[in-house]
Amino acid sequence: MLGYIVQRILAAIPVMGFVALFVFLLLRLSPGDPAAIIAGDAATPAQLAAIRERLGLTDPIHIQFFNWISDLMRGDFGVSIISGQPVITMITGRLEPTISLALTTITLSIVIAVPLGVIAAWKQGTIIDRLVMAISVIGFSVPIFVIGYVMIQIFSMQLGWFPVQGFRSITEGVGPFAERIFLPTISLTLLYIALIARITRTSMLEILNEDYVRTAYAKGLTETRVLMRHALRNCAVPIVTVIGIGFALIISGVVVTESVFNLPGIGRLTVDAVLARDYPVIQAVILLASLVYVVVNLLIDIAYVFLDPRIRYQ
Amino acid sequence: MNEIRKSRPAKSSLGLLRRSLLGMTALGVATIGLAALAQPVEAQTLRAVKHSDLRVLDPIITTAYMSRNHGYMIFDTLVALDANFEIQPQMADWDISEDGMTYRFTLRDGLMFHDGEPVRPADVIASISRWGERDGMGQVLMTYIDSMEGDGDNVVVINLSQPYGLVLDSLAKPSSNVPFIMPERLANTPSTEAIPEQIGSGPFRFVQDEFQPGVRAVYVKNEDYIPREEPSSWAAGGKVVNVDRVEWVTMADDQTALSALMAGEIDYWEQPPADLLPILEANPELVVRNQNELGYQTIGRMNFLHAPFDNKLIRQAALAALNQQDVLDAMIGNPDLYNVCPAMFICGTPLASDAGAEFATESHMDRARELLEEAGYDGTPLVIMHPTDVVTLRTQPVVATQLLRDAGFVVDLQAMDWQTLVGRRASQAAPDEGGWNMFFTNWVGADVFNPLVNNMVNGRGAEGGWFGWPDVPEAVALRTAYAEETDLEQQVEYARQLQELAYDEVMYVPLGEYIVPASWSTNLEGVLDGPAPFFWNITKN
Repeated sequence: MLGYIVQRILAAIPVMGFVALFVFLLLRLSPGDPAAIIAGDAATPAQLAAIRERLGLTDPIHIQFFNWISDLMRGDFGVSIISGQPVITMITGRLEPTISLALTTITLSIVIAVPLGVIAAWKQGTIIDRLVMAISVIGFSVPIFVIGYVMIQIFSMQLGWFPVQGFRSITEGVGPFAERIFLPTISLTLLYIALIARITRTSMLEILNEDYVRTAYAKGLTETRVLMRHALRNCAVPIVTVIGIGFALIISGVVVTESVFNLPGIGRLTVDAVLARDYPVIQAVILLASLVYVVVNLLIDIAYVFLDPRIRYQ
Repeated sequence: MNEIRKSRPAKSSLGLLRRSLLGMTALGVATIGLAALAQPVEAQTLRAVKHSDLRVLDPIITTAYMSRNHGYMIFDTLVALDANFEIQPQMADWDISEDGMTYRFTLRDGLMFHDGEPVRPADVIASISRWGERDGMGQVLMTYIDSMEGDGDNVVVINLSQPYGLVLDSLAKPSSNVPFIMPERLANTPSTEAIPEQIGSGPFRFVQDEFQPGVRAVYVKNEDYIPREEPSSWAAGGKVVNVDRVEWVTMADDQTALSALMAGEIDYWEQPPADLLPILEANPELVVRNQNELGYQTIGRMNFLHAPFDNKLIRQAALAALNQQDVLDAMIGNPDLYNVCPAMFICGTPLASDAGAEFATESHMDRARELLEEAGYDGTPLVIMHPTDVVTLRTQPVVATQLLRDAGFVVDLQAMDWQTLVGRRASQAAPDEGGWNMFFTNWVGADVFNPLVNNMVNGRGAEGGWFGWPDVPEAVALRTAYAEETDLEQQVEYARQLQELAYDEVMYVPLGEYIVPASWSTNLEGVLDGPAPFFWNITKN
């Protein structure tokens, strides 16, 4: 197992290298000029040329790439072309809202969606099953920004229970943190409930038709025990996979949710950086997102071992 | 040197504007004056949503309005324009020698930078020099300056090489780039490189530790700032800060900003979109008011370097095809917020005229088709850049495309994001090699209201001109004549001639003017009008 983990970590290195090269080339080949963005509307061609030269944008691409990779190897992500702030500072400043949203959303989604999926499968074809699936379809179909606006209108504007927007660090108190993270969490959770509940239901339906489940019933086990210990545990692999990927998706940035609730997360940082052609920031956040995916996939693979003893890694 | 002519306050070259806007300014100044006389009350935090996020912290390296606004918070200016368009002392009083060749600026007592250092003549000289490298009006001013030198601890002497009528106008320039005064060590930064620190002598201090680009910028009251005693008026007068702290909060979503303002989570919203104004106006706890009477001008710009717009007749055909009403209806919609206006230098100003504007405001399709035929237009497609991500810029290309097609043009409307456009418009390559034929943008009125600040009529061609690069030596000569003229009536005449020439050459196409009212809580008092949003003088109850 340890050997497998080491092997996976080593395998991640060329993956990250490829991502770095791909992102770098993609940005340099895309239209847009950071110098023009910095200089503003009235800049003359000579001024633009001077700014480009100062930013090192006139160097050959391979030199620019080499310089960037060299800095990266030393742990230096560079500074924002636009604001001049260290990229690592900009990213770490945006991590807490994103991680907070990811943790609350995934936790709430699991707590609600897995039981819903189990119940829907258990009561397949009944009104309960149809209700769960209807909720699931709504969760998939209604855009998150619509859910967000409706929740703001009801809970913030009409009832005045929650602030409209913003984020407070948990270090400023659980209360201020919770009242600002609640509405975005609920908005995003509806989508993840839909996703996880459907996967859980489908997996459970397959498992419930297996011989060993019939055997368990034949042995006289209670329905709850059959469902929870025999069926649910055996469909944990696809559920964990979906949860893991969902978590990685949120960490990579949920721009719409962040915009509607004005959460200063990674998603908005990415969009702002792309719109401003802030190359160092874009490169860093995409590398970060890639790293998150690699790590999450590794954790999912490791989780398989504990969830399904039949799985063995060489 | 003869120092007998004192000019306080000085008439701006736009001083006559006072007449046309007298009613507005009288009311504004009265309100402002009363508010300024009010005693500071309980210090609080004022939260504002600005039109964009603050990215570049150097207001000299960029013309971005957010950077200009940031500059007004933490820096100060030698002189400033007031609501009557008169130039007033701000950091310094001035004397002008009888022959008009020497300006002596005397710094007022107690001016201190945020790091505790006093403001010295060397700081002023370095700041003006750096600004003069970047700003269009500053560049012209620098060609007339023979030398700048300090005289003692608080006097700056500017010696001209030849008479120049716009020295004070240049130093009181209210919009990008504003000649802010910064410490010499910062002002010595190359003008292509952003200053490394945010140290000014202005009424607010920048809180670097709390700055998160794209999230918020924070300013606190500069307790050491000594405001002037006169009432605040535009960028002039006493900059009395009545709140402890100002936060500029970035909100990517207009609906969220609307809800936050109505819920009292923010106090001020600089540029709500036109379609949300009725909701704001219906709320008795909110004020909706246009703070900038000069408004904005939306324009179309052609590329003179490549076919078909290298042909004057074809440019004139395009001008004849376009009209302002259709553009403004699509872009703004509410007639209360826009104005069909042929004046390149903004309607309502003394430089406003309809010279050469016969085909400027309405479509003349027959005329356009005649001109195309006369020019022998061969169907070369026009590449029009269409930024789809900016609300105030995405409608003009669509309307213009239809009008131009109606006239007989072949148009290739290319969708892109604004930053792609910004990068691409700097290309002088042919349209089929990454260049372009036409794009549209908007200007704050203060950035186009005279021939020197209006970049689109500079006529300096591919080397020194603004994107589109018209090479029109007569325009350069008229701008120079305007700059060197000290008689206001004659300046008006030069501006009229320049506009006539600019329309004849179709140096650009004014597509109308519009205003963008701001909205704020009724808890705020003393919100100032001006060419930029100012945060001094405001009291939060």
